[in-house]
This record gives sequence, structure tokens and C-alpha cells, in this order.
Amino acid sequence: MMGDYEAVIGLEIHAELKTRSKMFCSCDASFGGEPNTKTCPVCLGLPGVLPVLNRRAVELAVRLALALNCRIAERCIFHRKNYFYPDMPKNYQISQYDLPLGIGGYLELETDDGPFRVGITRVHMEEDTGKTVHASESGRIHGAEYSLEDFNRAGVPLLEIVTEPDIRTPEQARLFMQELKSIMEHLEVSDCKMEEGSLRCDANVSLRPRGSSELGVKTEVKNMNSFRALYRALEYEIGRQREILEGGGRLVQETRHWDADANVTTPLRTKEYAYDYRYFPEPDLVPLELGRDFVEKVRSTLSELPAERRRRFREDYRLPAHDAALLSSSKAMGDYFESAVAAGAPPKAVSNWMMGEISAYLNARGLEIGDLRVTPERLAELIDLVEKGTVSVTMAKAVLEDMLESGRPPREVVEEKGMAQISDRAEIERLVDEVLEDNPKVVEDYRKGKEKALGFLVGQVMRRTRGRANPQLVNEILAERLGEGG
Amino acid sequence: MGALHEATAWELNRMLRRREVSAAEILRSVRGRIEEVEERVRSYITLTPEEAERAAQETDAALAGGGDPGSAAGIPMAVKDVLCTRGIPTTCGSRILENYLPVYDATVVQRLRREGLTMAGKANMDEFAMGSSTENSAFGPTRNPWDLERVPGGSSGGSAAAVAAGEAIWALGSDTGGSIRQPASFCGLVGLKPTYGLVSRYGLVAFASSLDQVGPITRDVRDCALLLSLIAGHDPRDSTSLRVEVPDYLEAMQGKIRGMRVGVPRELVQEGLTPGVRECVERSLSLFQELGAEVEETTLPHLDYALSAYYIIAPAEASSNLARYDGVRYGLRVEGEDMLEMYGRTRAEGFGDEVKRRIMLGTYALSAGYYEAYYGQAQKVRTLILGDFRRAFERYDVLVSPTSPTPAFRLGERVEDPLSMYLSDVCTIPVNLAGIPAISIPCGLEDGLPVGLQIMGKVLDEATLLRVARAMEEAIGFRERPVAGRGVG
Repeated sequence: MMGDYEAVIGLEIHAELKTRSKMFCSCDASFGGEPNTKTCPVCLGLPGVLPVLNRRAVELAVRLALALNCRIAERCIFHRKNYFYPDMPKNYQISQYDLPLGIGGYLELETDDGPFRVGITRVHMEEDTGKTVHASESGRIHGAEYSLEDFNRAGVPLLEIVTEPDIRTPEQARLFMQELKSIMEHLEVSDCKMEEGSLRCDANVSLRPRGSSELGVKTEVKNMNSFRALYRALEYEIGRQREILEGGGRLVQETRHWDADANVTTPLRTKEYAYDYRYFPEPDLVPLELGRDFVEKVRSTLSELPAERRRRFREDYRLPAHDAALLSSSKAMGDYFESAVAAGAPPKAVSNWMMGEISAYLNARGLEIGDLRVTPERLAELIDLVEKGTVSVTMAKAVLEDMLESGRPPREVVEEKGMAQISDRAEIERLVDEVLEDNPKVVEDYRKGKEKALGFLVGQVMRRTRGRANPQLVNEILAERLGEGG
Repeated sequence: MGALHEATAWELNRMLRRREVSAAEILRSVRGRIEEVEERVRSYITLTPEEAERAAQETDAALAGGGDPGSAAGIPMAVKDVLCTRGIPTTCGSRILENYLPVYDATVVQRLRREGLTMAGKANMDEFAMGSSTENSAFGPTRNPWDLERVPGGSSGGSAAAVAAGEAIWALGSDTGGSIRQPASFCGLVGLKPTYGLVSRYGLVAFASSLDQVGPITRDVRDCALLLSLIAGHDPRDSTSLRVEVPDYLEAMQGKIRGMRVGVPRELVQEGLTPGVRECVERSLSLFQELGAEVEETTLPHLDYALSAYYIIAPAEASSNLARYDGVRYGLRVEGEDMLEMYGRTRAEGFGDEVKRRIMLGTYALSAGYYEAYYGQAQKVRTLILGDFRRAFERYDVLVSPTSPTPAFRLGERVEDPLSMYLSDVCTIPVNLAGIPAISIPCGLEDGLPVGLQIMGKVLDEATLLRVARAMEEAIGFRERPVAGRGVG
């Protein structure tokens, strides 16, 4: 039945900008800290205070808007969005309304089915709110005796990015978010930590008969705190809507909350009593005139975007598309890769190690590449040891394991554990001769044409060196010796 | 000259520097006067005797050591209770901020502190500066020192009354639609509303952000020029503050006005003027001519819509500015069953009728579906008014009108009729909408009550405004004082 309907998905993303200070005051904008320690009269909304716009926040916003191919408004203004909520010190949020900073952009994604474009309706700036902590078992307001407010996040600059309803599947939504996150990381616009709330995403979802151009009744899904949650929430919501429609039911326009534990979306509030935010131009701020020079200056500081990096990884380093995509998926990954290559390691070898052992290690421990104790330079050293034949690949894996835990240089590990490969020809010749002498029957088998016997003999040599013998050399010498007798 | 508390700041400044008087003596005189009349006038919400004492001592110590204590040193000032003063209650005349202690000083207060500010107290006002009589104060009305049965004007009524009664030498007020000029006119004083952006609004508790300005209320034009020079100038904490060099207003104030062109907007002198006000203004116009200025009637047609536009824009901004008083973080909290009930009770008990009226007006005007018809339209009117003024100032150096159509009215007379109260500001409101500066100077009496003359100037042309005001002050020669009995003589 899926063939009968298609999903229409638009995303609304909030990303905290990576500025040192808040959007309208000089308070520390970093995450964490004891509640209400990163506050001042301005971000607490005390009587008489006035906002002063953070120049850096504007630069970062313009940077992202440019990367998303938006038109930058030469003149934009801030509006007040009025509503009462205790985590909002002024009971209005300084935001943008009909004259946002960036409009009409797009983001191109690469999928297995070819390139795919998602329109960007607008990019605008606004201030974040504080955080309410409800004193109840569930942490939700229901049953709470009292609530506490932490205003450390209040006034942190946010970017709101609204997409056109161009997304059709949960997979596309996930791809879009991954690419957007990657772009923001590359441009150093945001930390993009979904778990800390510095990147948040809501989705508008509706279904319509395939081929129709009209939009169905939509729901807004909130509280998706990871890419996985986004994917599963959309999958669930599409299924839920389809079931209702197929059963001849009617959908209600509402906001739904993704419950990751129960794997369902539940209604939050209906839009029947739609909020009236009474937007009006913020009289405490002057219009933001972004001169051409300013915009061009920001444009000139734009670093390489993920798509461009992917292309370069493929072309300059001759990496397969799959490797290039993975290594450029986050800025830190790409930077790590390039540092290791710069230190002299062959690109494909670096890629193999990163996508193999290193990724496995990070995934198993839930770490980020930035948490690695092995520097790209040390990884390059290890690869060099393998290339030079000092250690075997098998050995190198053991060495890396140690390095990942200890952070020690590979040479030190190799020396300490006596893992250096034996590549001394005379030494190996001696060992080969010993093995041949001790296994006359096997030698005979081999000579009778039992190819497998060779493997056994190699194994015996390796065993006597606890795996340290250079396997290539062992094979070579064995072949020589066995050839001699034949 | 009479008692010290009757002198001007400029005179006291000179006497202090000549060591003819000490700051302690001046303060003693003003304190004595406060003790004598405050019970009847009620200019202050909070008196700050320790603060004043300390400042006076510092002033005297600095002078004794041959230092310069600053131009505001030793001269007791009334500060309108809408300006944040660190550690000193700042109530805005409202129950909702009754026990509120700011953690910082407003920029103007900070600047005056560097000049040796000697603060006598925080002056009474209409709640959140909404009103024209100071009757909307949650802490009771202030009375007009000229006639205790009458209002001192508003919203800076406490500031004006304090200066007129000798309970302060000068004062700071704030003006959103006439709140400095109208009380100055009702109390026989000089009051200036500076160009929007000339004086920092940081620490001025907002009523209507696009209209509010802080300004001086003084006994003469020279004090006004002096106080303006102490508070004016760019403030990086206020994005709407202008980056301009502040001229020497005391210097600029000097000089003649011969040859100047004076326009009289017909719209501001047509109806509603009392005979006395009309007469005083007409006499002033003759004096202009005697001084060699050309006087001409002119028209600014859109001024007829100023009051209506103002009563959309100001409440709209106020409805948003006052949303923060919700009982969550500071100020009054009246507990309820849940958060919404707490909000409701806090605001129901914390705000007075006029504030509630304007919050409702403003909320309505900004509502979806009404925005264009009200707020959008009012902004267009504002642009037209600005255009009217711009055109008029191509032809005239200043424009002149009465400050208020009537002298001080009786307490209670207009409380029940908001519209009649609003009309008291009909001549002053267009100035705020246009962002231009205007000054009110006393120009005579009607039945023993002061009448004010409003002089309006070009944007950032306070210099001309002060020069004209100074020349007219001299020509008018207003020397009257409140009479004991009816007032506090």
C-alpha cells in the first residue's frame, strides 16, 4: 500500500552558533556550568537592559547562509516574538520574522539514486532560551511540585534553518541533517552536538497520494535528539499517518512529541488555539545593514565544504567514493585523515586504518575522533613501520590497540613488546632449515604435490618466532629451499 | 538669592568652587526643606539620605583637597524612579517592583556618579511612566507645589514637584510622550526631551522603547544645558544611541536669536487651549518678534493623527516591554495553583488600571489580523509626521507651541476619563514620534498656575533649542514662585 502515498517532509533546524559570548551581551556562551552562573542583567532580562548585537554571531550566520546558497539580505531586522514562558527572561524572544538574514538557498545531497536537492526557505538568527528543570520524577511538568530555571543558555545565539518540504523519506531527512551538520562543523559555525542541544531538529510531516501536488494535513514532530531518532520518528509518523488515511480517518494538525523509549509520537498540543506571537520590529535594535563588503569578506573566509572535500579526496588521493564520503563526513575525520597523509602515510592505507580499526574502536566506546589518543602523526608512523616491514599487519593491529589505550608512540610499543618483525635473512634461513629438518614428512607431502603442506611449514616458522617473522621472506626462503630439493 | 535650596545648580556649583558654601550646607538646606514640605507634596518614593550624605562629604573632601569633584557634585538631585540605581529601590511607581533592587546603575546615573552625583532620592511617577498627572503611582499621587489641590503633571511629576518645591535643585525625568515637558510646564520649570538617541536608555526601565528619552528638569535653561551635557553622548550598551560628538551646550546656549525663523504649527494652537495658555503663548510670540525673530503660522497637517498613532505604538511596545514582570525572577509574586494562575494573579495585583489598559490596548493592536490595521498604520502615520517636521524645519529654525493646552488640573479631575488625560499631551506627543528635541520653559501664569512654552528643534540641534530657550527665558523674565498656603511657598 505504500505506493499509494508519498511523504512530504520539511525540517526546521536550530543550531547554536559557536561564539565566545552570547548574542546580545558579553556572557560566556559555552555549554555547561553551575546554573545561572553565565548570566548578567541583559540575558536575565532585568528591567532597563538593552541588547547589543554580537558581530561574530552575524558573521557565522552569514557564513552558513552563504554555504547554503542563500541570498543575503542587505538589510534585515529583528522582531520580537511575544509569548509567556518562564525560561524566557523577557517573555519575548528576539528573533527574525519577515526580513531574515538569508533566503532562497538549497543544499545538494548525494544519494545512491543520484544527486538530490533540498530547498532552504530561510536562515535566520534568534536568541536561545533558558532551561526549565521540573521537580518531578519524570522531569516533565506533570506532577512537578516546583520548577527551577537555569538561564545559562538564555541569549546564546541560534540559527534557525527552515527547509522547503522537499524531503520524501526518513533516509533523505537523515542524509540532509548529516550533510548540514557536516557543513556547520566544517565552517566552524556550530558544535552541532545534538545531545547537548546545540543542534535540534523538528519536522513537518504530511502524506499525500503519490502524484498529487497538494499538501495533506501536517503534524509537527519534536524532540528528535539524534539522527537515529529523526529517522525512526519519521518512519513511525509516516506509518501512523498512512494507517489513519488508509483506514479512512482524518488527520489533525498538531504537534507531536517523539518518545524514544516507547518508539512512538504522542500529541503535545493541538494547533487549534494557535499561538499569536504578536511579532513586531524590535525597537531596541537598529536594522542590520550587511554591506556587500562585509558579505564578500565573510565569503572569502569560507573554508572548504564537505562536498568539495569529498571530490578532492577522490581525485587527489585516489580514494574510492565510499572512503571519500566517510572520511569527509565530519570535519574532524577529514582533518585527521589529511594530517596523517601530510605526515607521509599513503592515503589508502590511512583510510583503511581509519575506517577499520579506528572506527571500530570509536564506535565501541562511543567516542569521537577528537577523543583519540593516537595522533594522526603517530598513525602515520605505525603505517610506516608496516610499509618498511618492521612489523606485520597483524602485529600492527596489536600495536595500535596498545596505542589507542596508552597513547604511546608505535616504536616504543613495538620495542617494549619485542614485536619488531624479523626480516634478517640469515635468521629466517636458519629457522626455515630447522622446520624442514623437523618435518620431513610434510616436506615429502609437498613435493608429492600437496600444496597445502607449504602453509603448514610457514605456520611452523611463524610459531617459532611468535609471529614476528616477515611472512614474505619466509615464503620466499621456503620456496627456494623446497625448490632446491626438487 | 534666597535659601540655598532655591538656588540653581549653576550658582551652587560656582559657590562651592569658591568655597562660599559647602556641599554639607546645601544638603542640609534641601533636607530641611524635604522635612518641611514632603509630607504635603510627596515628591519622592524613596529618600536616599545616606547616599546624599556620603556624596556631599566626598564633594567637600575633594574641594578641600583642591580637587574637582565634578559638575554634579554637592547639588542634590531627584532621580525619577524609572532609572535603575544599584542597590537602591527602583519601583517605577509600581507594586510589581515595590521591593526591587537593581544590580546595576543606569548609564545616565553612572555618568552622573562620575560627576559627583548627590542623589536626594527617587522621585514619584505614574506607574511605568504611563500617565500625565502622577496619580497613577501605586504609592499615591504627588501634589503640585504651586497648588496642593492640583497635579504636578506626569509622568515625571515627582521630579518636577521636587525641584519646584525646593526638595531638589534639579532632576532627571523621562519623556515618552511629554513626561518631562508637561510636568515642567505645570510646575514652572524648564524640561528638555532630547533627540532620540542622544541620551542612553540603558537602565531606563522601558515603557515605549522607540519613544523613551531621559532628560533634565531644572530651574533655568542654563542648568538644563549643564545637566544635558553631563548625560548626553554615545553609549555602546544602547544600540539606538547615536554616535555623535556632544557640543558644549553651555557655550552654544549663548547668543542672540535675531533673524531666526519661528514656525507656529496651527494644529497645536487650535482647540482646547485655555484662555490663559493662549494669552501666554501669544505674548511669547510677540517677544520672539521683539527679539528680532520672524514668527509665522504654519501647518503640519498630520499632527492631527499624532495622538491616535501614539496610543497604538506606545501601548504596543509597552505590552511587550512589561511582559517580563511575571513573578518568575524578581519583583512581586502572588502564588497560584499553577504557573498560569501565578502569572495572572501577580499581574492583576501588581499592575494598576492604566498600565493594564495600555497592555490590553497594545496586545490587541499587535494581534494577528489587526497588526496592519493598527500598528502598521500607526507606523505610516509616524513616517508622515516625521516628513511634516522635516519639511517645516527646511523653513524654520524652531517650532513653537504651548507645552500643554491647560495649566495644572485638579487631582481626580481626569482620572476617570483617560481620553481627557491623554489630551494633556497632545502638543508634546508629536515630538516623540518624530524623535526631535523639544524644551518647555515657563512663559507666564494663568490663575496663579504656570504655563509652559514648548520650543521644538531639528534632530540633534539641542544647541539652537537651548539658545532660543535662553533668549526667551530672559525676555519672558518669569520670576514667580509658589505661594504658601495654596502651594508650598
